[in-house]
Amino acid sequence: MTVELVGLAVLMFAVTYPTRALPLLVARVDRLPDRALAYLRLVGPAVLAALAARSVAIVTDDGGAPSFHVGIEWLALALCIGLVAWRRNLLLGLVPAIILVVVARAAGLA
Amino acid sequence: MTGPTMSDPTVSEPSSDAALLRSSRRRLAYDGLGVVLAALGFGLVYGLSARDAGFSLVEASAMSILAFGGAAQFAAVQLVAGGLPWAGIVLLTGFLNARHLLYSAALAPWLSDRPKAVRAGLAHLLTDEAFALSLAHFRRIGRGDVPGYLIAGILLTFIPWNVATVVGVLLAGGIPNPEAYGLDIVFPATMAGLAVGLVTGSRELVAAVVGAIVAVGVGLAWDPSGGIIVGGLIGPFAGLVVPSRTPPETWPESPVALGRVARSQATRRSERSEP
Repeated sequence: MTVELVGLAVLMFAVTYPTRALPLLVARVDRLPDRALAYLRLVGPAVLAALAARSVAIVTDDGGAPSFHVGIEWLALALCIGLVAWRRNLLLGLVPAIILVVVARAAGLA
Repeated sequence: MTGPTMSDPTVSEPSSDAALLRSSRRRLAYDGLGVVLAALGFGLVYGLSARDAGFSLVEASAMSILAFGGAAQFAAVQLVAGGLPWAGIVLLTGFLNARHLLYSAALAPWLSDRPKAVRAGLAHLLTDEAFALSLAHFRRIGRGDVPGYLIAGILLTFIPWNVATVVGVLLAGGIPNPEAYGLDIVFPATMAGLAVGLVTGSRELVAAVVGAIVAVGVGLAWDPSGGIIVGGLIGPFAGLVVPSRTPPETWPESPVALGRVARSQATRRSERSEP
């Protein structure tokens, strides 16, 4: 059983814990400049959207070369986004998206 | 919205307050059932994904225990599988989890009378879900409550997430073709859904859209994993160009949540009970 990635987990802890603890322990994050606070609030949506887009829009070949990809995953993602925006419930968006992909692949459509 | 308001936490607790406390803790546990289900579901998928990416049980569990952040963990699994150097993964983790600064700052006034060592321990349990549930609880009772926070952070989030991680890793060997079950769409759909939960105005929307477009563009032109970081950095700058309709000093009323219970009901109840 490998343990090499435990080191990565420790580093992820090292970079995450201060964000959780500093305002609780010492710093007053509300004293940051307004622009910095506004930027921080926008990081979450930007990074999460970037992760989602990269996952469905880029595929890599065996050599690691990226290429643009369009497929049923786009439709599934749009379905999930629409349902979550409507019902504010991630599970309600996720399950139909998975079902759509599974059915499309089983039917040979994707 | 303004920062949290509260009664004086140093005031002694009369019996009616004890009843209110018990009632609010029950409500906290009830509201948290959706969070538990979500944590179990996504923890399971994380475990499956981690195993599929080559993580051992120890490695996957270490990440769930130490990093304890769903989005960052899903991202790390994908980026490890994609061969991104650790530095890039750690940088992305920092960006993804930067929002915790805001949650922590919002909770700080409620817990400021607790010993520093206690606050240091509580900090590790701070997630989107724990924040949503405990802030609503604090507002209902008008003060901070460490046991209530522990219910939200450990019982309703940490334990389900870690148990499901282990189960997911152990089950993964029995699923030969995860794509046939649509498991490959779980990660992008989860990230997109979480992003939607954070979009509360045009600024967030612009940041998300620009972040996505830049990530794909840079990913195609340079490196897919690097595109995520560049998109995550540039997207917020684009969002800042959009005029804000809310005062910059306000704190997030409710974080992204994995279930409607955590996001809407708990917050609405807390708002109704706020003095």
